[in-house]
Amino acid sequence: MHPIRKKRLTVVLFLLAGLSIAVGLTTYALRQNINLFYDPSQISAGEAPVDVRIRAGGMVQEGSVLRDPDTLKVEFLVTDYSASVPIEYVGILPDLFAEGQGIVAMGRLNSEGRFVADQVLAKHDENYMPPEVAGALEKASSAEGKPMPVNAKPATY
Amino acid sequence: MWQFFHKLGSPKWFFGISARFMPWLLAGGILLLMAGVVWGLAFAPKDYLQGNSYRIIFIHVPTAFMAQSVYIMMASAAVVTLVWRMKLADVFVKAVAPVGLVLTFLALFTGAVWGKPTWGTWWIWDARLTSMLILLFLYGGVIALDRAINDEKSAARAVAVLVLVGVVNIPIIKYSVDWWNTLHQPATFKLTEKPSMPAEMWVPLLLSVLGLYLIFGWLACVRMQTEILCREQRTRWVKEFVMKGRV
Repeated sequence: MHPIRKKRLTVVLFLLAGLSIAVGLTTYALRQNINLFYDPSQISAGEAPVDVRIRAGGMVQEGSVLRDPDTLKVEFLVTDYSASVPIEYVGILPDLFAEGQGIVAMGRLNSEGRFVADQVLAKHDENYMPPEVAGALEKASSAEGKPMPVNAKPATY
Repeated sequence: MWQFFHKLGSPKWFFGISARFMPWLLAGGILLLMAGVVWGLAFAPKDYLQGNSYRIIFIHVPTAFMAQSVYIMMASAAVVTLVWRMKLADVFVKAVAPVGLVLTFLALFTGAVWGKPTWGTWWIWDARLTSMLILLFLYGGVIALDRAINDEKSAARAVAVLVLVGVVNIPIIKYSVDWWNTLHQPATFKLTEKPSMPAEMWVPLLLSVLGLYLIFGWLACVRMQTEILCREQRTRWVKEFVMKGRV
Protein backbone atom coordinates (compact mmCIF):
# COMPACT_ATOMS: atom_id res chain seq x y z
CA MET A 1 0.00 0.00 0.00
CA HIS A 2 1.10 3.56 -0.73
CA PRO A 3 2.70 5.12 2.40
CA ILE A 4 0.36 8.14 2.32
CA ARG A 5 -2.69 5.88 2.21
CA LYS A 6 -1.24 3.78 4.99
CA LYS A 7 -0.86 6.91 7.09
CA ARG A 8 -4.44 8.00 6.35
CA LEU A 9 -5.71 4.56 7.26
CA THR A 10 -3.84 4.72 10.58
CA VAL A 11 -5.41 8.12 11.29
CA VAL A 12 -8.88 6.73 10.54
CA LEU A 13 -8.29 3.72 12.80
CA PHE A 14 -7.05 5.97 15.62
CA LEU A 15 -10.11 8.20 15.19
CA LEU A 16 -12.40 5.19 15.49
CA ALA A 17 -10.52 3.75 18.48
CA GLY A 18 -10.51 7.10 20.30
CA LEU A 19 -14.20 7.65 19.63
CA SER A 20 -15.13 4.18 20.81
CA ILE A 21 -13.26 4.68 24.07
CA ALA A 22 -14.86 8.10 24.63
CA VAL A 23 -18.37 6.87 23.90
CA GLY A 24 -17.75 3.66 25.85
CA LEU A 25 -16.73 5.58 28.97
CA THR A 26 -19.65 8.00 28.65
CA THR A 27 -22.21 5.25 28.32
CA TYR A 28 -20.53 3.36 31.16
CA ALA A 29 -20.93 6.43 33.37
CA LEU A 30 -24.57 6.80 32.29
CA ARG A 31 -25.16 3.18 33.17
CA GLN A 32 -24.39 3.95 36.82
CA ASN A 33 -27.22 6.46 37.22
CA ILE A 34 -29.63 5.36 34.53
CA ASN A 35 -33.27 5.69 35.54
CA LEU A 36 -34.04 2.11 36.54
CA PHE A 37 -37.45 1.32 37.92
CA TYR A 38 -37.79 0.53 41.60
CA ASP A 39 -38.66 -3.08 42.32
CA PRO A 40 -41.26 -4.01 44.98
CA SER A 41 -38.64 -4.97 47.62
CA GLN A 42 -36.99 -1.54 47.35
CA ILE A 43 -40.37 0.20 47.67
CA SER A 44 -41.48 -1.82 50.67
CA ALA A 45 -38.06 -1.24 52.29
CA GLY A 46 -38.71 2.51 51.98
CA GLU A 47 -35.92 3.18 49.48
CA ALA A 48 -38.22 4.85 46.97
CA PRO A 49 -39.03 8.54 47.58
CA VAL A 50 -42.64 9.35 48.49
CA ASP A 51 -44.66 11.68 46.21
CA VAL A 52 -41.97 11.90 43.52
CA ARG A 53 -42.61 10.67 39.97
CA ILE A 54 -40.86 7.32 39.74
CA ARG A 55 -41.17 4.06 37.86
CA ALA A 56 -42.05 0.81 39.53
CA GLY A 57 -41.82 -2.51 37.80
CA GLY A 58 -42.34 -6.22 38.38
CA MET A 59 -44.72 -9.07 37.75
CA VAL A 60 -48.48 -8.71 38.19
CA GLN A 61 -49.31 -11.09 41.04
CA GLU A 62 -51.65 -13.97 40.13
CA GLY A 63 -55.21 -13.39 41.34
CA SER A 64 -54.60 -9.85 42.54
CA VAL A 65 -56.27 -7.84 39.77
CA LEU A 66 -59.44 -6.04 40.95
CA ARG A 67 -61.47 -4.08 38.42
CA ASP A 68 -64.07 -1.49 39.38
CA PRO A 69 -67.25 -2.49 37.50
CA ASP A 70 -68.36 1.13 36.91
CA THR A 71 -65.12 2.95 36.08
CA LEU A 72 -61.77 2.20 34.45
CA LYS A 73 -60.13 1.92 37.86
CA VAL A 74 -57.90 -1.14 38.34
CA GLU A 75 -56.00 -2.27 41.42
CA PHE A 76 -53.36 -4.97 41.43
CA LEU A 77 -50.27 -6.15 43.26
CA VAL A 78 -46.86 -6.04 41.62
CA THR A 79 -44.40 -8.54 42.98
CA ASP A 80 -40.80 -9.62 42.58
CA TYR A 81 -41.61 -12.80 44.55
CA SER A 82 -40.12 -11.42 47.79
CA ALA A 83 -42.29 -8.33 48.32
CA SER A 84 -45.28 -6.79 46.63
CA VAL A 85 -46.67 -3.31 46.21
CA PRO A 86 -50.30 -2.32 45.56
CA ILE A 87 -50.75 -0.24 42.42
CA GLU A 88 -53.87 1.66 41.45
CA TYR A 89 -54.49 2.99 37.97
CA VAL A 90 -57.36 4.64 36.14
CA GLY A 91 -57.25 4.16 32.40
CA ILE A 92 -56.97 1.65 29.60
CA LEU A 93 -54.42 -1.08 30.20
CA PRO A 94 -52.27 -2.37 27.32
CA ASP A 95 -53.51 -5.60 25.67
CA LEU A 96 -50.60 -7.57 27.06
CA PHE A 97 -51.47 -6.68 30.65
CA ALA A 98 -52.25 -9.96 32.40
CA GLU A 99 -51.59 -11.74 35.67
CA GLY A 100 -48.08 -13.14 35.64
CA GLN A 101 -46.96 -10.65 33.01
CA GLY A 102 -44.17 -8.07 33.48
CA ILE A 103 -45.15 -4.40 33.67
CA VAL A 104 -43.52 -1.02 34.23
CA ALA A 105 -45.69 1.66 35.85
CA MET A 106 -45.02 5.38 36.06
CA GLY A 107 -46.51 7.33 38.94
CA ARG A 108 -46.16 8.42 42.57
CA LEU A 109 -45.93 6.52 45.81
CA ASN A 110 -48.34 7.96 48.37
CA SER A 111 -47.82 8.09 52.12
CA GLU A 112 -49.90 4.95 52.68
CA GLY A 113 -47.46 2.93 50.58
CA ARG A 114 -49.78 2.66 47.59
CA PHE A 115 -48.42 3.40 44.14
CA VAL A 116 -50.76 5.64 42.13
CA ALA A 117 -49.87 5.10 38.49
CA ASP A 118 -50.68 7.43 35.62
CA GLN A 119 -49.17 5.11 33.00
CA VAL A 120 -48.88 1.32 32.89
CA LEU A 121 -46.73 -0.30 30.20
CA ALA A 122 -46.49 -3.99 29.44
CA LYS A 123 -43.15 -5.62 28.75
CA HIS A 124 -42.91 -8.63 26.47
CA ASP A 125 -39.99 -10.93 25.72
CA GLU A 126 -38.26 -11.94 22.50
CA ASN A 127 -40.00 -15.34 22.25
CA TYR A 128 -42.70 -15.80 19.64
CA MET A 129 -44.67 -19.00 19.09
CA PRO A 130 -47.99 -20.15 17.68
CA PRO A 131 -50.81 -20.54 20.25
CA GLU A 132 -50.92 -24.34 19.73
CA VAL A 133 -47.24 -24.68 20.68
CA ALA A 134 -47.77 -22.51 23.76
CA GLY A 135 -50.79 -24.63 24.72
CA ALA A 136 -48.82 -27.86 24.30
CA LEU A 137 -45.96 -26.47 26.40
CA GLU A 138 -48.38 -25.50 29.15
CA LYS A 139 -49.98 -28.94 29.11
CA ALA A 140 -46.59 -30.65 29.29
CA SER A 141 -45.33 -28.51 32.16
CA SER A 142 -48.56 -28.79 34.18
CA ALA A 143 -48.44 -32.59 33.74
CA GLU A 144 -44.96 -32.61 35.26
CA GLY A 145 -45.96 -30.06 37.88
CA LYS A 146 -43.19 -27.68 36.87
CA PRO A 147 -43.59 -23.92 36.48
CA MET A 148 -43.94 -22.62 32.93
CA PRO A 149 -40.73 -21.65 31.15
CA VAL A 150 -42.48 -18.66 29.57
CA ASN A 151 -45.64 -16.81 30.48
CA ALA A 152 -47.69 -18.78 28.01
CA LYS A 153 -51.30 -17.71 27.75
CA PRO A 154 -53.52 -18.27 24.73
CA ALA A 155 -54.18 -15.16 22.71
CA THR A 156 -57.66 -13.88 23.35
CA TYR A 157 -58.14 -11.91 20.15
CA MET B 1 -6.50 -7.30 -6.87
CA TRP B 2 -5.54 -3.63 -6.57
CA GLN B 3 -6.19 -3.16 -10.27
CA PHE B 4 -9.76 -4.40 -9.85
CA PHE B 5 -10.15 -2.12 -6.85
CA HIS B 6 -9.05 0.90 -8.90
CA LYS B 7 -11.25 -0.07 -11.81
CA LEU B 8 -14.17 -0.18 -9.37
CA GLY B 9 -13.41 3.46 -8.65
CA SER B 10 -14.12 4.51 -12.22
CA PRO B 11 -17.60 6.07 -12.44
CA LYS B 12 -17.89 5.17 -16.14
CA TRP B 13 -17.08 1.52 -15.51
CA PHE B 14 -19.58 1.37 -12.66
CA PHE B 15 -22.26 3.05 -14.78
CA GLY B 16 -21.92 0.36 -17.43
CA ILE B 17 -21.67 -2.67 -15.16
CA SER B 18 -24.46 -1.68 -12.76
CA ALA B 19 -26.95 -1.36 -15.62
CA ARG B 20 -26.43 -5.04 -16.35
CA PHE B 21 -27.49 -6.50 -12.99
CA MET B 22 -30.01 -3.86 -11.91
CA PRO B 23 -33.03 -5.64 -13.45
CA TRP B 24 -32.07 -8.82 -11.55
CA LEU B 25 -31.77 -6.94 -8.27
CA LEU B 26 -35.19 -5.36 -8.75
CA ALA B 27 -36.93 -8.56 -9.88
CA GLY B 28 -35.36 -10.70 -7.13
CA GLY B 29 -36.06 -8.03 -4.53
CA ILE B 30 -39.74 -7.64 -5.40
CA LEU B 31 -40.19 -11.42 -5.55
CA LEU B 32 -38.55 -12.10 -2.17
CA LEU B 33 -40.15 -9.13 -0.42
CA MET B 34 -43.61 -9.98 -1.70
CA ALA B 35 -43.16 -13.64 -0.72
CA GLY B 36 -41.90 -12.74 2.75
CA VAL B 37 -44.49 -10.06 3.50
CA VAL B 38 -47.51 -11.97 2.14
CA TRP B 39 -46.43 -15.17 3.92
CA GLY B 40 -45.76 -13.26 7.13
CA LEU B 41 -48.89 -11.10 7.12
CA ALA B 42 -51.40 -13.66 5.86
CA PHE B 43 -50.16 -17.21 6.42
CA ALA B 44 -47.70 -17.31 9.33
CA PRO B 45 -49.27 -18.47 12.62
CA LYS B 46 -50.27 -15.79 15.11
CA ASP B 47 -48.32 -15.30 18.30
CA TYR B 48 -49.58 -16.95 21.51
CA LEU B 49 -49.33 -13.72 23.48
CA GLN B 50 -49.68 -10.82 21.05
CA GLY B 51 -52.08 -12.45 18.61
CA ASN B 52 -52.06 -10.83 15.18
CA SER B 53 -50.49 -7.53 16.21
CA TYR B 54 -47.01 -9.08 16.23
CA ARG B 55 -47.24 -9.36 12.42
CA ILE B 56 -45.85 -5.86 12.02
CA ILE B 57 -42.52 -7.55 12.82
CA PHE B 58 -42.39 -8.55 9.13
CA ILE B 59 -42.06 -4.85 8.25
CA HIS B 60 -40.39 -3.56 11.42
CA VAL B 61 -37.42 -5.94 11.57
CA PRO B 62 -36.41 -5.69 7.86
CA THR B 63 -36.47 -1.87 7.93
CA ALA B 64 -34.66 -1.63 11.28
CA PHE B 65 -32.07 -4.18 10.15
CA MET B 66 -31.50 -2.41 6.83
CA ALA B 67 -31.31 1.02 8.49
CA GLN B 68 -28.29 -0.17 10.50
CA SER B 69 -26.85 -2.22 7.65
CA VAL B 70 -26.93 0.78 5.28
CA TYR B 71 -25.08 2.86 7.86
CA ILE B 72 -22.34 0.22 8.18
CA MET B 73 -21.99 0.19 4.37
CA MET B 74 -21.78 4.00 4.38
CA ALA B 75 -19.08 3.87 7.07
CA SER B 76 -17.04 1.39 5.00
CA ALA B 77 -17.38 3.70 1.99
CA ALA B 78 -16.33 6.63 4.19
CA VAL B 79 -13.06 4.83 5.07
CA VAL B 80 -12.44 4.31 1.33
CA THR B 81 -13.13 8.02 0.71
CA LEU B 82 -10.72 9.13 3.42
CA VAL B 83 -7.90 6.67 2.67
CA TRP B 84 -8.09 6.06 -1.09
CA ARG B 85 -9.92 9.27 -2.14
CA MET B 86 -12.10 7.17 -4.41
CA LYS B 87 -14.89 9.20 -6.01
CA LEU B 88 -17.30 6.29 -6.28
CA ALA B 89 -17.24 5.70 -2.51
CA ASP B 90 -18.39 9.27 -1.96
CA VAL B 91 -21.04 8.87 -4.66
CA PHE B 92 -22.31 5.83 -2.75
CA VAL B 93 -22.53 7.68 0.59
CA LYS B 94 -24.45 10.56 -0.96
CA ALA B 95 -26.75 8.28 -2.91
CA VAL B 96 -27.80 6.03 -0.03
CA ALA B 97 -28.03 8.50 2.89
CA PRO B 98 -31.65 9.48 2.05
CA VAL B 99 -32.54 5.79 1.64
CA GLY B 100 -31.13 5.11 5.09
CA LEU B 101 -33.08 8.05 6.49
CA VAL B 102 -36.35 6.68 5.11
CA LEU B 103 -35.60 3.15 6.39
CA THR B 104 -34.81 4.48 9.88
CA PHE B 105 -38.00 6.52 9.88
CA LEU B 106 -40.01 3.47 8.82
CA ALA B 107 -38.40 1.38 11.57
CA LEU B 108 -39.26 4.02 14.19
CA PHE B 109 -42.77 4.47 12.82
CA THR B 110 -43.63 0.77 12.65
CA GLY B 111 -42.07 0.37 16.10
CA ALA B 112 -44.36 3.07 17.47
CA VAL B 113 -47.40 1.48 15.82
CA TRP B 114 -46.41 -1.87 17.35
CA GLY B 115 -45.60 -0.34 20.73
CA LYS B 116 -49.02 1.26 21.19
CA PRO B 117 -51.07 -1.98 21.38
CA THR B 118 -48.41 -4.17 23.02
CA TRP B 119 -46.57 -1.94 25.50
CA GLY B 120 -49.27 0.71 25.77
CA THR B 121 -47.21 3.63 24.48
CA TRP B 122 -46.08 5.05 21.15
CA TRP B 123 -42.76 6.16 22.53
CA ILE B 124 -40.56 5.72 25.60
CA TRP B 125 -37.09 7.15 26.10
CA ASP B 126 -35.39 3.80 26.57
CA ALA B 127 -31.91 3.08 25.23
CA ARG B 128 -32.97 1.21 22.09
CA LEU B 129 -35.51 3.77 20.89
CA THR B 130 -33.30 6.74 21.71
CA SER B 131 -30.23 5.34 19.94
CA MET B 132 -32.38 4.59 16.89
CA LEU B 133 -33.62 8.21 16.94
CA ILE B 134 -29.96 9.31 17.03
CA LEU B 135 -29.40 7.20 13.89
CA LEU B 136 -32.23 9.12 12.19
CA PHE B 137 -30.57 12.42 13.11
CA LEU B 138 -27.19 11.11 11.89
CA TYR B 139 -28.65 10.36 8.47
CA GLY B 140 -30.24 13.82 8.43
CA GLY B 141 -26.92 15.37 9.49
CA VAL B 142 -25.03 13.58 6.71
CA ILE B 143 -27.49 14.86 4.09
CA ALA B 144 -27.43 18.41 5.50
CA LEU B 145 -23.64 18.57 5.75
CA ASP B 146 -23.28 17.40 2.17
CA ARG B 147 -25.70 20.06 0.94
CA ALA B 148 -24.04 22.76 3.04
CA ILE B 149 -20.59 22.49 1.42
CA ASN B 150 -20.37 23.48 -2.23
CA ASP B 151 -16.91 22.16 -3.01
CA GLU B 152 -17.21 18.50 -3.97
CA LYS B 153 -13.93 17.34 -2.43
CA SER B 154 -14.28 19.13 0.93
CA ALA B 155 -17.90 17.97 1.16
CA ALA B 156 -16.77 14.38 0.55
CA ARG B 157 -14.19 14.49 3.36
CA ALA B 158 -16.42 16.28 5.86
CA VAL B 159 -19.27 13.85 5.20
CA ALA B 160 -16.91 10.86 5.50
CA VAL B 161 -15.68 12.04 8.92
CA LEU B 162 -19.24 12.59 10.15
CA VAL B 163 -20.30 9.13 8.93
CA LEU B 164 -17.32 7.55 10.70
CA VAL B 165 -18.00 9.43 13.94
CA GLY B 166 -21.59 8.19 13.85
CA VAL B 167 -20.68 4.55 13.35
CA VAL B 168 -20.08 4.12 17.11
CA ASN B 169 -23.85 4.42 17.48
CA ILE B 170 -24.39 1.11 15.64
CA PRO B 171 -23.03 -1.22 18.39
CA ILE B 172 -24.93 0.93 20.91
CA ILE B 173 -28.21 0.27 19.05
CA LYS B 174 -27.39 -3.43 18.75
CA TYR B 175 -26.42 -4.02 22.40
CA SER B 176 -28.63 -1.38 24.08
CA VAL B 177 -31.16 -4.06 25.01
CA ASP B 178 -28.44 -6.15 26.72
CA TRP B 179 -26.46 -3.37 28.42
CA TRP B 180 -29.37 -1.44 29.92
CA ASN B 181 -32.77 -2.07 31.31
CA THR B 182 -35.12 -1.23 28.44
CA LEU B 183 -38.77 -1.68 27.60
CA HIS B 184 -37.78 -3.03 24.17
CA GLN B 185 -37.26 -6.80 24.27
CA PRO B 186 -33.84 -8.36 23.48
CA ALA B 187 -32.99 -9.67 20.00
CA THR B 188 -34.91 -12.68 18.69
CA PHE B 189 -32.10 -13.52 16.27
CA LYS B 190 -28.63 -14.25 17.58
CA LEU B 191 -25.64 -15.35 15.55
CA THR B 192 -24.75 -18.20 17.87
CA GLU B 193 -28.17 -19.55 18.86
CA LYS B 194 -31.32 -20.71 17.14
CA PRO B 195 -33.89 -17.92 16.69
CA SER B 196 -36.47 -17.84 19.49
CA MET B 197 -39.37 -18.24 17.06
CA PRO B 198 -40.43 -21.23 14.94
CA ALA B 199 -39.39 -21.65 11.29
CA GLU B 200 -42.82 -20.72 9.91
CA MET B 201 -42.22 -17.27 11.46
CA TRP B 202 -38.51 -16.69 10.85
CA VAL B 203 -38.39 -17.96 7.23
CA PRO B 204 -40.79 -15.26 5.92
CA LEU B 205 -38.92 -12.71 8.05
CA LEU B 206 -35.62 -13.77 6.48
CA LEU B 207 -37.16 -13.61 2.99
CA SER B 208 -38.37 -10.05 3.51
CA VAL B 209 -34.96 -9.00 4.89
CA LEU B 210 -33.21 -10.47 1.82
CA GLY B 211 -35.80 -8.91 -0.50
CA LEU B 212 -35.32 -5.49 1.06
CA TYR B 213 -31.55 -5.95 0.70
CA LEU B 214 -31.90 -6.54 -3.05
CA ILE B 215 -34.30 -3.63 -3.48
CA PHE B 216 -31.86 -1.44 -1.58
CA GLY B 217 -29.12 -2.60 -3.99
CA TRP B 218 -31.26 -1.61 -6.94
CA LEU B 219 -32.17 1.74 -5.40
CA ALA B 220 -28.50 2.43 -4.59
CA CYS B 221 -27.55 1.70 -8.24
CA VAL B 222 -30.27 3.99 -9.62
CA ARG B 223 -29.31 6.84 -7.30
CA MET B 224 -25.57 6.35 -7.88
CA GLN B 225 -26.10 6.43 -11.65
CA THR B 226 -27.99 9.71 -11.35
CA GLU B 227 -25.28 11.18 -9.12
CA ILE B 228 -22.56 10.02 -11.56
CA LEU B 229 -24.36 11.62 -14.53
CA CYS B 230 -24.68 14.90 -12.62
CA ARG B 231 -21.03 14.94 -11.61
CA GLU B 232 -19.58 13.85 -14.93
CA GLN B 233 -21.89 15.93 -17.10
CA ARG B 234 -18.96 17.68 -18.77
CA THR B 235 -17.16 14.49 -19.81
CA ARG B 236 -17.35 13.06 -23.28
CA TRP B 237 -18.80 9.67 -22.31
CA VAL B 238 -21.78 11.28 -20.57
CA LYS B 239 -22.47 13.48 -23.59
CA GLU B 240 -22.29 10.42 -25.85
CA PHE B 241 -24.55 8.51 -23.47
CA VAL B 242 -27.14 11.27 -23.54
CA MET B 243 -27.03 11.42 -27.34
CA LYS B 244 -27.02 7.68 -28.05
CA GLY B 245 -28.74 6.32 -24.96
CA ARG B 246 -25.98 3.82 -24.11
CA VAL B 247 -22.41 3.76 -22.80
